[in-house]
Amino acid sequence: MFTSFGKYILLLRLSFKKPEKFSVYWNEVMREMVSTGIGSLGIIAIISVFIGAVAAIQVAFQLSSPLVPLSIVGSISRDSTILEFSPTISSLVLTGRVGSSIASQIGTMRVTEQIDALEIMGVNAPGFLIAPKIIAGVTMIPLLIIVSVALGLAGGYMACLTSSTITPSDYIAGLQDGFNPVTVTVCATKAIVFGFIITSVCAYNGYYTEGGALEVGQSATRGVVYSCIMILFADLIISSMLL
Amino acid sequence: MIEIKDIYKTFGENEVLKAISAKFTPGKNNLIIGSSGSGKTTLLKCIVGLHEPTKGKVFFDGQNFTDMNFEERVPIRKEIGMLFQNSALFDSMTVEQNIIFPLNLFTDQSKAEMLERANFCLERVNLEGKNKLFPSELSGGMKKRVGIARAISMQPKYLFVDEPNSGLDPKTSILIDELISELTEEYNITTVIVTHDMNSVMGIGDHIIFLHNGEKWWEGSNKEIARTDNQELNDFVFASKFMRAAKARL
Repeated sequence: MFTSFGKYILLLRLSFKKPEKFSVYWNEVMREMVSTGIGSLGIIAIISVFIGAVAAIQVAFQLSSPLVPLSIVGSISRDSTILEFSPTISSLVLTGRVGSSIASQIGTMRVTEQIDALEIMGVNAPGFLIAPKIIAGVTMIPLLIIVSVALGLAGGYMACLTSSTITPSDYIAGLQDGFNPVTVTVCATKAIVFGFIITSVCAYNGYYTEGGALEVGQSATRGVVYSCIMILFADLIISSMLL
Repeated sequence: MIEIKDIYKTFGENEVLKAISAKFTPGKNNLIIGSSGSGKTTLLKCIVGLHEPTKGKVFFDGQNFTDMNFEERVPIRKEIGMLFQNSALFDSMTVEQNIIFPLNLFTDQSKAEMLERANFCLERVNLEGKNKLFPSELSGGMKKRVGIARAISMQPKYLFVDEPNSGLDPKTSILIDELISELTEEYNITTVIVTHDMNSVMGIGDHIIFLHNGEKWWEGSNKEIARTDNQELNDFVFASKFMRAAKARL
């Protein structure tokens, strides 16, 4: 485990060495941003709307009491969405969408000698392959999570439109009530950290693939599993430190 | 010239290369031959720095490549072209982008100059007009030729070729061999080819090293190989009935 961690740190160090030519790397960063950001927008939109709607319905069900104001449903849904549902669940989904793609792409390049070809040319392969993916991850995943929060809250509103328990106006009132900006800080911190974990852990697993197609699949699976565990662990650490 | 001195390579308990020394001169096709598992590709990877030798040194025109770090190796690497067994073309790039890639990273050429060079290299390997195709749209022989075009795009002093004929039909194999041989002679490149294809050995083997169980067993040219009394080399070269018959006619 310590050997793997050491290799991971060394790989990250190599990844952020000075690039051979900035413009070529910049193009790669842009390409990765499009792939990570635009490419994941659809799945994030779908899960966020449904999670937001389900969160609102379940909170309304649990708090259906004459002693509790209905607007509290909006407040709880908002905080849950910002603090947990959007950053964590979206990141777990993105691990499957983005992380597995990174691990299998780099793993395939390893077993088909494309990484060797880069090294023979004198290219810093980790820098060229991994750094743009990490930069794209830590910039685009927070943006996706902002979209996820907005759509999650919109999903809650849509659920209220069809609900007999809570009205949309109560929900909106709850969203505006007692907002604590710390929740946004926690959400942003989680998004950046999770973006880094997804891209770097999966890239590491892909980069050290040995063998053939079977091992590429195993690397992708390992990358996703380790990323998910690391995300949940980081979630706990960040929540306990910042809240 | 490339010189390797006393190269050893061990993976765990397994000693793959033992005390291999050789000189590879420019303008000649230097072949490393041997049966599967004899250490040919490992030796090639030790020479180009993809594997670090356990012991021994590699010199490129007198410069100690083995003791250099990554940054120090970059100027030499820019003078190296390599054709991999499976071509190792970048899947996400077109043929043209594959060829331009090293030029884009390591030269200050304009886009027009790079395109001109890419077209020249493609013309040199008889693939004019295939610029916009992706590797997945190419046949095995075409991939090899694009691999050669990419390898020569930086006008290398050293060309390394790993199993250029694997998976190719005999006619395409000969075309690839002839192309490598022509380029070697034309640009005075130090070419090192790993192969176990007997047509290559007999056709273009100016200088041949035969590896057996990780050791250098024999060294000579294609003219000498037919007359050798080295038992292991004879067993390897004249393994087929056709080759034995050809030897009998000599």
